[in-house]
Parts: sequence; C-alpha cells; structure tokens
Amino acid sequence: MPDASGGYPIPDLSGRPRESTGSHPIPAVEHSHPTAGTYLNVAAILTILTLIEVGVFYVPAFKPFLTPILLVLSAVKFVIVVMFYMHLKMDHRFFTLLFGGPLLLATGVMFGLLFLFGVLTIGS
Amino acid sequence: MSHGASAHSTSMGLDSRKMAFWAFIGSECLLFGTLISTYLIYQGRSVSGPTPGEILNIPVTTVSTFDLLMSSLWMVLALAAVQRGDMKWAKIWLLGVAIGGLIFLGFQVYEFASFVHEGLTLRTNLFGATFFVLTGTHGAHVTVGVLWMVTLWVRAVQGKLGPEHAITVEIAGLYWHFVDVVWIVIFTMVYLLHK
Repeated sequence: MPDASGGYPIPDLSGRPRESTGSHPIPAVEHSHPTAGTYLNVAAILTILTLIEVGVFYVPAFKPFLTPILLVLSAVKFVIVVMFYMHLKMDHRFFTLLFGGPLLLATGVMFGLLFLFGVLTIGS
Repeated sequence: MSHGASAHSTSMGLDSRKMAFWAFIGSECLLFGTLISTYLIYQGRSVSGPTPGEILNIPVTTVSTFDLLMSSLWMVLALAAVQRGDMKWAKIWLLGVAIGGLIFLGFQVYEFASFVHEGLTLRTNLFGATFFVLTGTHGAHVTVGVLWMVTLWVRAVQGKLGPEHAITVEIAGLYWHFVDVVWIVIFTMVYLLHK
C-alpha cells in the first residue's frame, strides 16, 4: 500500500537484489553505489575527454585519424557514464542484459543500414 | 511481508520498476539508433545548403555538452543525498539538474533559431530534415527530464521525498543519464564528424 506521502516504501533503496523472502532467490553479491569522490573523478574524466575531442577536431594533424579517435573517445565516455553514473558496474547483471541487448541490436541495425545504403563499404 | 515492499519486487529480487525502466531505456536505444542511422545515411547528400560545415557552431555546442555532462554529475549527487537522507542537498542538486537541463534547452533554442535565421529549416534539405528530427527528439527527451526533475524537487520541498523514495530518484537519474549518453553520441556523430 502507498504510504502517507503517496509513495511506496522500498526496503532496498537501490533496486539491487535483496535478501531471500520465501521463494525469492538469495542475491549473490551486495553492492553499493560509488562515493561522491568517484562521481567527481568521473566528471573530471568526462570533461577532459570532451576537451580532447574538441581539441582533436581543431588540430589539422589529426584529420586522417579523426573518425577513429572521436569514435573511441565517444565510446569511452558512453561506457563511463553507463558504468558509474547509471551504476551498471555495481548493479545486478540482468540490468546490463536489459540495456546491452537492445544496445547491441541497435548498433547492429545501424551498421546494417549504413552498409545497405552504401555509407559504409567492405574494404573502404 | 508488507504489501508495499512486495508490490515492486520480482522473483529475481529486483525492483520491477527499475527493471521496467531499463527495458524502456533499451527500447530508446533502438529509437535513437534509427534516427542517428537516418542522419548518417543522408549526410552529405543535400543538393543545396546550408551544409553542416557552414552552419554548425562547435564552440557553443561544446559548452552545452559540458553543461549536460555536469547536470549528470549533479544528478548522481542528488541521488546520493536522497539515499543518505540529506534533503537539503538533495533539493539543491535536483534544482541544479533542472536548471542545467533548462540551460541546455536554451542553447538548443538559440541554435535552432540561428539556423532558421540562416535559412536552414526542417524542409530546406536532407541535412535540415534529419538534423532537426534527431536533435529535436533529443531535446524533447531533455524537456521531459526537466519536468521530471522539477516534479521531484517540488516533492522534496513539500517534504514528500525522502530516503524511502530513493528508487524513484534513481529511476529519474537513469533517464537523465541516458539522455546524456545519447547526446555524447550525437555530439560526436553530428557535430564533430560532419561532412
């Protein structure tokens, strides 16, 4: 039942696996969220990576390698946010499956479409 | 077992709302995947200008990207504050996230207005059509996120948001961070790797 404030009190605030109650399975590992210090370090890393991205964009010497460099930096930023800010690194692996499955499917669809429309070609 | 606790747990012992929201985020990957694909497929195929190289403002967008990244930091700090029951800082960080989102939307409105002023609309060329649909869809998501953050902030001010509701803040945070990671991809694909 909702409490007085209209919300639903949840014993496990993180949504991670909790203790077995009857037929519920016992969680393998209990995790905790990162500290504020970790969050600040992640923010600093994301800022530095963004500055590197923009810096690389403006330096002519990097032009031949611009696409792979930017794609790698973007992927690193993506993974960092998902792992630390969205807590997938610490959360139950099923959440990783729920997110990673469609993400892989979306990536596959993207590559499929890009090959189909000739944006990407084998050996290019 | 209280009904409140059992109402949201699955047989795996996971919170069903959080599980449902991760599934929703997964579906959003497919939505943005198709929009980004469409943009990339039609990139460089416009028969008339303005082209991305002529019109995109990288320095301004870098600032708005930084703003969105910082709002993600404030979001996790808001969640941490709610979890430890520090509602004073929770209110500050939640308001910060909402303001950060509004600043990002302000940059987007400025960008869209300047593009229209320079002759790029949804109907001008393929770049305009795909650019406005992609970034506009993302902007709509940011708008929903801002409204969500304001709602949470109002509930916190009213004293209706406490550590027992941290899961609702965590789910809002998942949405906000997803909007952030989508922008990370858009910033690279649209702004830095334009033809």
